[in-house]
Amino acid sequence: MIPANAAQLILGEASGEGGGPCTARCSGAWTVRGIADLDRHLATLAWPPQGEVVIDGAALAALDTSGAWLLHRVVRDLQRVGRAVRLTGLRPEFESLLQLVASRGIVAQEPAAAPPGWLARLGRRAWMLGVGTLGYLAFVGEASIVLLRSLRQPHRLRWRVILHNMQIAGIDALPITGFLSFLMGIVIAYQGADQLQRFGANIFVVDLVALAMLRELSPLLTAIIVAGRSGSAYTAQIGTMKVTEEIDALRTIGVTPQEQLVLPKIVALVIALPLLTVYTDITGVLGGMVMARTKLDISFDMFLDRLGEAISLSSYWTGISKAPVFAMIIALVGCYRGFHVTGSAESVGEQTTMSVVQSIFLVIATDAIFSIVFLWLDL
Amino acid sequence: MATPQPLPAGDAVIEVRDLNTRFGTAVVHENVSLSVRPGEIFALVGGSGTGKSTLLREVILLQPPVSGSIRVFGQEVIGLSDDEALPLRRRWGVMFERGALFSSLTVAENVGMVLQEHTELGEGLIRELAAVKIALTGLPADAGAKYPSELSGGMRKRASLARALALDPELLFLDEPTAGLDPLSATGIDELVRSLRDGLGLTIMMVTHDLDLLWRAADRVAVLGRNRIVGVGTMNELSQADDPLVRQYFYGPRGRAAREQAWKPK
Repeated sequence: MIPANAAQLILGEASGEGGGPCTARCSGAWTVRGIADLDRHLATLAWPPQGEVVIDGAALAALDTSGAWLLHRVVRDLQRVGRAVRLTGLRPEFESLLQLVASRGIVAQEPAAAPPGWLARLGRRAWMLGVGTLGYLAFVGEASIVLLRSLRQPHRLRWRVILHNMQIAGIDALPITGFLSFLMGIVIAYQGADQLQRFGANIFVVDLVALAMLRELSPLLTAIIVAGRSGSAYTAQIGTMKVTEEIDALRTIGVTPQEQLVLPKIVALVIALPLLTVYTDITGVLGGMVMARTKLDISFDMFLDRLGEAISLSSYWTGISKAPVFAMIIALVGCYRGFHVTGSAESVGEQTTMSVVQSIFLVIATDAIFSIVFLWLDL
Repeated sequence: MATPQPLPAGDAVIEVRDLNTRFGTAVVHENVSLSVRPGEIFALVGGSGTGKSTLLREVILLQPPVSGSIRVFGQEVIGLSDDEALPLRRRWGVMFERGALFSSLTVAENVGMVLQEHTELGEGLIRELAAVKIALTGLPADAGAKYPSELSGGMRKRASLARALALDPELLFLDEPTAGLDPLSATGIDELVRSLRDGLGLTIMMVTHDLDLLWRAADRVAVLGRNRIVGVGTMNELSQADDPLVRQYFYGPRGRAAREQAWKPK
């Protein structure tokens, strides 16, 4: 159904034989809400092959810039093919609006060019990957130089900022990391209980839980949680600061962003993550203890007695020693991605996602490398 | 959707009555009343923190006041749900102080998006209309393909204006249209505001600090101070007002210079 005041252009019969003027009558409201059908209609409209065209605007109920553009386009298209066009009956205010629209040089944006082929895309990907890796290496180098320089003058380190970062990344993460590793301890003890019971080797649940948690799971689990919690926060913070030009402001007042933003985060995390790992070692083993008592009737005393024999100090240290490396990875990736944010809000989200994915990937890959190295070293 | 009823001549487009706003214990507005007539350029001025932008945000339904009444096109806007507010929102356009362009879209897409959302127009026509609005605000034609981060501050404001004009609104809100612009761009905005009103018949409500813009473009001005409106009128009327706040505002060194500038024979 066409509303009563829909925009319309009605073509009249050409008056007279052979080239008399042809009249087109505009009516209705030529406004942004009313011209959708008219636009489709105009595309299929068959103008008489020759002669002058008279466009009669006397019956126009309303005209806005959108309608004026459409009218202008009709006139322009006709004139382009060499037709004489005359506009009549337009109200003066419509006339001036038409003038206003017509007076601007308007270039409609063409839709974006077709996406490049797969080979071009592959090439671009590979190139970007190479550039990204180089950029990352450069960033790590830069951070190392700043770090070494500040280690020579420790008073230049921003200890307040470092403590603040330790509170956010470390102390505030205690509940979630502790809870999750406690659950992990329970799960391992529970899974092991069945198998061990079959061989009557109940007591070895202690070895299972302690070794698994201390050597592998607790450092890995903690690093992954911290990467999700703090790595993403680093990217979002630095990225937003980049969008709001705070990074540039830091540079202009003679503070390198590396020194102010990156270094405190690295130092704080390198201190906080091993401490967190010690804590999750404890909560994880605690989870195993609880499960061992309920499922295998191993009392806390028995568990603790066995614990000393089950694990050597080196197992404990191999687990803890991974944590500072993971911390470096998380802090460096988080900050690096933050500096890669470009002006848009979308980019902040993109880089934060990449930061979390890459740091978790690198943490797990590094953990695998550690395992191989420890195997060689027979630790 | 019902066709908007044309307003009887002389009825106010915006009618604010006894508006009260508080943030916690800080009082911002106390019984503020004002009205904006059809086709006029109405300016809200006042020192920093007098609640100009807050008042604007309340009128455009971004923030509810504590009490009072705000009628836009004769309809009470306070307490409207989003669905009920939609027909109203389509009839006005807002230009934000810092542009508030969607940073992941180009300028042309920013404008086109509004049309896509609210009309059934075809892709091609939307692209053309976006280009028309961009041209209307005086941006060069190649600005349409650029992202907001590639534009200068002045261009971003114009682009934001182009988006505000996308649906051919009857009412336009401008928040600090000239803040942060160089004098030349600011003069361009003065002329643009006038030509939009004259050419498109818009009613314009703006918040500004710019005395030159006030002298050149505003029909009527309301001065906010001491939590209420301390003066309303044309710039000439206000410049003769007795209220100390108004005098302070218009007779500071800058106020005098702007006034002399405006009185200079053309």
